Amino acid sequence: MKYKSQSVAKLYFIAAIALFVGQILFGLVMGLQYVVGDFLFPEIPFNVARMVHTNLLIVWLLFGFMGSAYYLVPEEAERELVAPWLAKLMFWIFLIAGAATVAGYLLVPYAKLAELTMDDLLPTMGREFLEQPTITKLGIVVVALSFLFSIGITILKGRKTVVTLVLLIGLTGLAVFFLFAFYNPENLVLDKYYWWWVVHLWVEGVWELILGAILAFILIKTTGVDREVIEKWLYVIIAMTLITGLIGTGHHYYWIGTPDFWQWWGSIFSAMEPIPFFMMTIFAFNMVNRRRRNHPNKAAVLWALGTAVMAFLGAGVWGFLHTLSPVNYYTHGTQITAAHGHMAFYGAYVMIVLAMVSYAMPMMRGRKAANSPRSQVVEMWSFWLMTVSMVFITLFLTGAGILQTYLQRYSDQPIDFMTVQDKISLFYWLREIAGVVFLIGLVLYVVSFFIGTDDPEAVEKIEVDAETA
Amino acid sequence: MTDKLKQPPGDLAIWIFICAELSVFAVFFAAYAFTRAKHVELFNQYQQTLNTNYALINTLALITSSYFVVRAVAAIREGSQRGCARWLLAAIAMGALFLVVKSMEYQHHFSHGVTLSTNTFYMFYISLTFFHFMHVIMGMVILAAVALKARRGAYTADRHTGVETGASYWHMVDLVWIILFPLVYVMR
Repeated sequence: MKYKSQSVAKLYFIAAIALFVGQILFGLVMGLQYVVGDFLFPEIPFNVARMVHTNLLIVWLLFGFMGSAYYLVPEEAERELVAPWLAKLMFWIFLIAGAATVAGYLLVPYAKLAELTMDDLLPTMGREFLEQPTITKLGIVVVALSFLFSIGITILKGRKTVVTLVLLIGLTGLAVFFLFAFYNPENLVLDKYYWWWVVHLWVEGVWELILGAILAFILIKTTGVDREVIEKWLYVIIAMTLITGLIGTGHHYYWIGTPDFWQWWGSIFSAMEPIPFFMMTIFAFNMVNRRRRNHPNKAAVLWALGTAVMAFLGAGVWGFLHTLSPVNYYTHGTQITAAHGHMAFYGAYVMIVLAMVSYAMPMMRGRKAANSPRSQVVEMWSFWLMTVSMVFITLFLTGAGILQTYLQRYSDQPIDFMTVQDKISLFYWLREIAGVVFLIGLVLYVVSFFIGTDDPEAVEKIEVDAETA
Repeated sequence: MTDKLKQPPGDLAIWIFICAELSVFAVFFAAYAFTRAKHVELFNQYQQTLNTNYALINTLALITSSYFVVRAVAAIREGSQRGCARWLLAAIAMGALFLVVKSMEYQHHFSHGVTLSTNTFYMFYISLTFFHFMHVIMGMVILAAVALKARRGAYTADRHTGVETGASYWHMVDLVWIILFPLVYVMR
């Protein structure tokens, strides 16, 4: 760790991992409720479990992004962070607000929560993923602005690189698009229309820039490949991401009452969304193959490569599966969507945050470059357990989704929703088992931080003629 | 050492970008073709409302601009930085002419109340040409950046990958129009 202020990232990473554990626990509760409907009822109804599962995901990823930015920006800008105290203060505000919000979801009925937080003054609640009370949303804006301030000023005062530039555009976009969470028009079409400006333009727009910047940073650090080469790729990837992702929003506008041309715009542009992800895969493997050094942190490199592959599969391939409007006509809102959502979030965003944690945490805990081999082995086990079980979760949900689409919407004698749910319950059971394996992987991941802490750290193996290979 | 034999010219990254861009247009053209096959009469009827003369002027403008870009690359290969910048500016001027003519065309249609929702033909006409319109702007920005660097003396007879990169992108913009023009304006 080159700069003292980078260490604020540690707080963010620890919170991120703790919330990650919470997210998975609620995911398992929900997964079981799919097949045992009254499990934990009335304490945790399905809708509440779902809300907590998705909200925790978003919040912990935000913690992860912020931590990543606080770690990488000083190193890229070659100067200490501006106002590290602000970063610490915002951390506690964000954590407490987040915890209070989740407690609110769990302790009082949602309508009561809306009343308590005076949602009627500026109604923004009641929309999927944006369920947070208005006051929490305001808190998020304050946190995001303070964060942008300290990151932005640090970047502007220091060395400017393509990585920090792309990161800053991504983070600014994240803050700007969140503002649409406050726009809640009466007209349901308009409401949904702009709701996607938060939801879609986050995950298929500006978040991808953040992903690209973090991935590029890790690759620069671990492979020793020239910055110019990596930056060039980054440019091409984000240009493609923006072209396809921004207009690709149209794939959400097929059936909500928007004009017909969105059928075409949405289909054509979103069909191209896998391209930047595919470029990212080629890019990551290419850079690692051309590496000038063998970084001792094997686990971090594994996470980085894993991100490139799983993001392409989850976001690219599974997204393409149901993005064309004639296909989506049948698959809309089925388990196919759930399958895509799981692998895309895991592959693109969970894994990139874990890659950054994996890269940065050893240094913040006093290592020179990497954890001990023992710790890394456990971490790599956790990588494979989580990744493989996520592949299975996705496959089972895809199976469930295909059956659901067929039985409920495509066959000559369509069957009603609940009967179909009963018929595909086998897939839900299998998904739940895969989910338990995922949890085991996650527990191992946490354990890896406490194993081999007294062992000497892994050292760089000198490779002979890596260049000519 | 001159890199006349280097293939493809320019930076490899731009070629990946060009391929990606061309595939978006290819999908759009294919969608146009299949939809037209289903509504031949509708397409023929509204195609006649398009101004072929404007489109022809624009075709000539872009082809001329491509020629200027070729001259710019030739100039830098001879080591003439000023010449390179001047030819690039000429190409940008042709691009600007394209934008003006195209805007007049849009103005005509929009003032007649045509929108993306008027009918399928206009939906394709506006989408395709507007998407291309944005690419012309993007290409002009790239050429302008290259011209500025050329004027500052950033390129030499031996090292001018940047010029070739910008030129490659511009030729792509031109090529797309050369397909778009007969497809949307002329073919009956």
